[in-house]
Amino acid sequence: MDYTNEMLLEIDSQSRNESFARMVVAGFVAQLDPTIEEIADIKTAVSEAVTNAIIHGYNNGPGKVKLSCRICNHEVFIEVTDTGKGIEDIEKAMEPLYTSRPELERSGMGFSFMEAFMDDLKVESKLGEGTTVKMKKLIH
Amino acid sequence: MDKQERKRKNTTVMQLREGVKADFEIVNRCLVVKLLEDLDHHNAVSIREQSDKLITGKNIKDIIFDFTGSEFMDSSGIGVIMGRYKKVIFTGGKVAVTGVNHSVDRIFRLSGLYKIIHKFETIDDAVKKFNNN
Ligand SMILES: Nc1ncnc2c1ncn2[C@@H]1O[C@H](COP(=O)(O)OP(=O)(O)OP(=O)(O)O)[C@@H](O)[C@H]1O
Ligand SMILES: [Mg+2]
Repeated sequence: MDYTNEMLLEIDSQSRNESFARMVVAGFVAQLDPTIEEIADIKTAVSEAVTNAIIHGYNNGPGKVKLSCRICNHEVFIEVTDTGKGIEDIEKAMEPLYTSRPELERSGMGFSFMEAFMDDLKVESKLGEGTTVKMKKLIH
Repeated sequence: MDKQERKRKNTTVMQLREGVKADFEIVNRCLVVKLLEDLDHHNAVSIREQSDKLITGKNIKDIIFDFTGSEFMDSSGIGVIMGRYKKVIFTGGKVAVTGVNHSVDRIFRLSGLYKIIHKFETIDDAVKKFNNN
């Protein structure tokens, strides 16, 4: 039998909720007894995805960010969803150092960090409809 | 007891300092930013504004970001440090980070920022190095 456990969180698109989101996920994943490094990896990836939803998806305006976190045996599946403006060219957006907002001092490293710190990263997006970032990590 | 009074009674020094994201100190022409919170998008805004006010107002040459009181940084922090670097580089200034923990160090390494900024154990080490040059 598989062990599963799931958590859903919906938060307003406000920057003060970024630290809350990563703390909640870190707290939920704690049941798998991850290392300090694994927790740091997950916190960074969640922070990047939620920050992107707020800055890019909703252009720092109002909206809701949905976060789902599912544990299946030793794997963690995290999804971050916004119903904001969406991404026109996902491949280009995921290129290291690509940013559409250099004037906001963004440097285009968010997706690179998500990719580096998680075992799998998938981005689904539709212009005008929103974006979902799906990430997976095996806790050893 | 009204609410206001009750609140005041429970206020500790820590609570009085709530919302303070960093302490700023100036040693010679070096700005020391002692971070007290996570360097994420939420905290980046005020740290950036306060730093920039001092950089232009106090004729700052070098900057030290001290992470002793900050455990977490993401790409927003990279943006803050890169942005300040761009401000001081034209006048021959340097940027250093101190007191970084393992996970913040990994972010710096992965970002390639150590090619342009320096890392020291303590603020003193960085100040000494900068003043000698
Ligand atoms: N949720 C989203 N909605 C709309 N566009 C997005 C979203 N997430 C990312 N993007 C687009 O993808 C680009 C790259 O994202 P990435 O996180 O890698 O860099 P950044 O956010 O621009 O900079 P950094 O993360 O380094 O601060 C963004 O500049 C933006 O154009
Ligand atoms: Mg980003």
